[in-house]
Amino acid sequence: MTALLEARHVTKIFGGGFFTKSYTTALENFSMTIENDPPSVTAVVGESGSGKTTLARLLLGLVEPTRGQVLYKGEDLRKIGGRERRVFRRDVQVIFQDPFEVYNPFYKVDHVLTTPIEKFGLAKSRQERDSLVVQVLEAVGLRPEETLGRHPHQLSGGQRQRIMVARALLLRPRVILADEPVSMIDASLRATILGSLLKLNQEFGISILYITHDLTTAYQVSENIVVLYRGNVCETGDVELVVKKPLHPYTRLLVGSVPLPDVNRRWAAEAPASSIGQKADPNKGCRFANRCPNAMEKCIRETPPLYRVDEKRAASCYLYDDKPQLRSEDMMEVFIKGTPRLKTVVGVQ
Amino acid sequence: MADVVALSGTATDYAVKKDTWGNVRRYLRRNPSLLVGMFLLFCLLAFWLVGSAVYDTSRAAALSVPDTVHPPSAEYPLGTDRIGRDIMAVMIQGTMLTLRIGLIAGILGVSVGTIVAFLGGYYRGWFDTLLKGIVDVGLTIPGMLILIIIAVNIKDQGLTVDQMGLVVAIYSWLWPARTIRSQVLTMRERTWVEVARLSGVSGPEIIFKEILPNLMPYMLASLVGSVSSAILASIGLETLGLGPMAAPTLGMTIYWVIFYSAMLRGYYWWWMPPIAIIVVLFVGLFMVSMGLDELANPRLRRGV
Amino acid sequence: MKPDVLDVKDLKVYYHTPRGAVKAVDGVSFQLFAEERLGLVGESGSGKTTIAMALLRMIKAPGKIEGGEIWLEGADQVLARHGGKNGNGQYAKGGKVNLQTLTDEQMVSLRLSAIALIAQGSMNSLNPVMRIRDQIADGYQDHGYKLTKQELKERTADLLNRVGLRPSVADMYPHELSGGMKQRVCIAIAISLSPKVILADEPTSALDVVVQRQVMETLRRVQEELGASVLLVGHDMGLMAQAVDRLGVMYAGKMAEVSPVHDIFTKPLHPYAQLLIASLPSLDVKGEFKGIPGLPPSLLEDIPGCPFAPRCPYKMERCEVEKPILKEVAPNRHVACFLVEGAK
Repeated sequence: MTALLEARHVTKIFGGGFFTKSYTTALENFSMTIENDPPSVTAVVGESGSGKTTLARLLLGLVEPTRGQVLYKGEDLRKIGGRERRVFRRDVQVIFQDPFEVYNPFYKVDHVLTTPIEKFGLAKSRQERDSLVVQVLEAVGLRPEETLGRHPHQLSGGQRQRIMVARALLLRPRVILADEPVSMIDASLRATILGSLLKLNQEFGISILYITHDLTTAYQVSENIVVLYRGNVCETGDVELVVKKPLHPYTRLLVGSVPLPDVNRRWAAEAPASSIGQKADPNKGCRFANRCPNAMEKCIRETPPLYRVDEKRAASCYLYDDKPQLRSEDMMEVFIKGTPRLKTVVGVQ
Repeated sequence: MADVVALSGTATDYAVKKDTWGNVRRYLRRNPSLLVGMFLLFCLLAFWLVGSAVYDTSRAAALSVPDTVHPPSAEYPLGTDRIGRDIMAVMIQGTMLTLRIGLIAGILGVSVGTIVAFLGGYYRGWFDTLLKGIVDVGLTIPGMLILIIIAVNIKDQGLTVDQMGLVVAIYSWLWPARTIRSQVLTMRERTWVEVARLSGVSGPEIIFKEILPNLMPYMLASLVGSVSSAILASIGLETLGLGPMAAPTLGMTIYWVIFYSAMLRGYYWWWMPPIAIIVVLFVGLFMVSMGLDELANPRLRRGV
Repeated sequence: MKPDVLDVKDLKVYYHTPRGAVKAVDGVSFQLFAEERLGLVGESGSGKTTIAMALLRMIKAPGKIEGGEIWLEGADQVLARHGGKNGNGQYAKGGKVNLQTLTDEQMVSLRLSAIALIAQGSMNSLNPVMRIRDQIADGYQDHGYKLTKQELKERTADLLNRVGLRPSVADMYPHELSGGMKQRVCIAIAISLSPKVILADEPTSALDVVVQRQVMETLRRVQEELGASVLLVGHDMGLMAQAVDRLGVMYAGKMAEVSPVHDIFTKPLHPYAQLLIASLPSLDVKGEFKGIPGLPPSLLEDIPGCPFAPRCPYKMERCEVEKPILKEVAPNRHVACFLVEGAK
């Protein structure tokens, strides 16, 4: 069965043109599939420079891979045009980070909802269109009479972002790429947006790729997680395993650095990088070597492959080289599939 | 489950109630440049409208009055000049004609400039490279030089006011093309354009429906700038005697003033009025363009 | 109980817009004690950044400090040392000066030397065309310190070392440094004149969690070495739990609760604080998503009663008509809420 959306051995390098020697490898030999049956929620977690935003843009077809392919229903995105491309544009939607920048300041917020309806022919009359708009707004918990007809600056960040979620719902996509959807929203409003996203997954069967640097919301929302560091996958698998018992030194550092709102669990002292690691070349071998407290000679020479550390988890670190290796295209084997969530209520007092 | 959404927001929110006139009035109070500029231009416009309704402007043609070089009197409020024209009539007509040249050249310039700016800036490619080359080179060559050469070659065929406008337009599209192109380059990278693209909106539609409305203030400011420089260029050409010789434009008046050494001979009623009107015109245009600058660039806005 | 170094009394900052006055900070009082880290947390529009700017008198038109007093300890010594006239304002016992009574020039001499700022995104406020050592030297120069080249070099190296940077950083330009390193340079500049009060306004908001931790640890270390106090302004409750001793929670321009950080996270008193903490997602258990329904009120209108009342699950009739005042309801716990007062 062909996957809905697939990245196959994708590498993206920026720069390194004719006249410049310096280049950046944003993503290296990355493979992943996003299925729709059953619908999944996967988190891609990484900090700036990890490649997560590049991944989103590659999957949306906004930039082309340097090596490897991005496939939609088995076909290379670069070769898809015309009608098929329209179908792709419907099937794969995105929610951007900045809830202000996504709105054309000239128009009212309605514009962002009516445009796709028009372009994709989702309604046959003005009435149908209006009722569709009301429907999706209510589905994300907004009151149409309080949001329609307003300009973006008259609404809060939370409302604006929820309208974008509503917009994503309009097209009944099969996949939504959410790129840092709540990082620019106030804490007390984040819950409702995340709740809406989960609702799309549960009620409408839409798969979500949740891209963020915030480990906590990633944990709350997703089943599986991919931790990226400088273009490579560090650790991946069941989010419960990866977050509660991180194995890769970078994941450990990441989990340990999250500021928990718990006075009894304050930041522990950070383990210093090993002396061997200091000699690492930033573009060769394990990318984390120069900061890793467990770096070995091997780490500087060659990039570690993925090792299947648990049934539902893999890490690319030589500390676990006694475990079976996993090819990058088989990374998905450690993902849990279709686990029903325990609680789905978007709680409101 | 639905949220109780209160109408509010952060500290700098606007009230939801629409009060357009109040908004306009309030804004004008905070933007004195725009207000003063518009007022000056309005005065000139009124001068022409009222003047042509009340006064006999046929006397702006040469040899229409018997007394030449007559200082101001009851019959000729601004006197007459050497070639038999009633100066008041000339001023009334001239204001309109000079403005007209400016508007023809300005509007043409901005239209052509905008079209090429969008085609180049949005689609990039060879057209954009060609455009950039032409504009960058064109702007470095002194515009007057080009216009003088063109005007010298055409003048023998008898130039009308409208043709004058077209001549000046040859140069006046360059600057708008450049400024608007750079705006388009920025705008096309905005996230909302990406959202539109992902919503299935096609290229031309993005240009017209998404980007263009946001560039209106810039285009307006561009227009004012274009009109100003077009008027200046036309006055320059006319002063050199390269304009429509028979037309009573302000620039041609100055040509005649120089030709007949009116300043040396103390014919103040002849050279003062055109200069005064030109000054008012330019100050007005300048203030309007300053005011529009502030409107177009919210960061320059004083206050909230 | 340590003495206080900063005593803010009934501070009011309003922004005058064409539509009326926006009461960004409406009668806020709090104290910052010696060698302590006080956090000021709130969401957008709560007024927390405005307070930080007001303390430094860096509020720009149309904003204006409408009232209140800001007493700063040690300001008179700084004023005298830098050759300016002594503060001609009122003096409380202990040598504190009411900043509101000082001239603009006197305020200039106090900034950096008595009270320093690490601004939000301060990485972007480093001059891109100046080397780091010149930017550090700037501070000394502007405050009348005459140092020889050698002395400057030593001090710079010492400062950089204190923030965990190599001395070679002094010769670099900002663009050669990473975000975290630039932020640490800003910390170095902020402590260069050994101020008693350091204001940190969302100093890590643009940084990744790992770098954020490093920067916050650096800040803590230099603060302890200096014996200074830190006022940390931010919106990240998690960060506050890790980084401060006491926490003030702001809502709609008013202070809702000020309590020691341990108390406030285990048993928050003000309903807003309770809901806020309850809405924080945890890394332990997957659970419900709890937000706070509703939106903060518009600060343009005069709000009768408690600003949180429309969204408060424990709202009483009294809350809608009377404004609650910040009161000490338990040792060192201040809350502005009728519900809590009654329970006492």
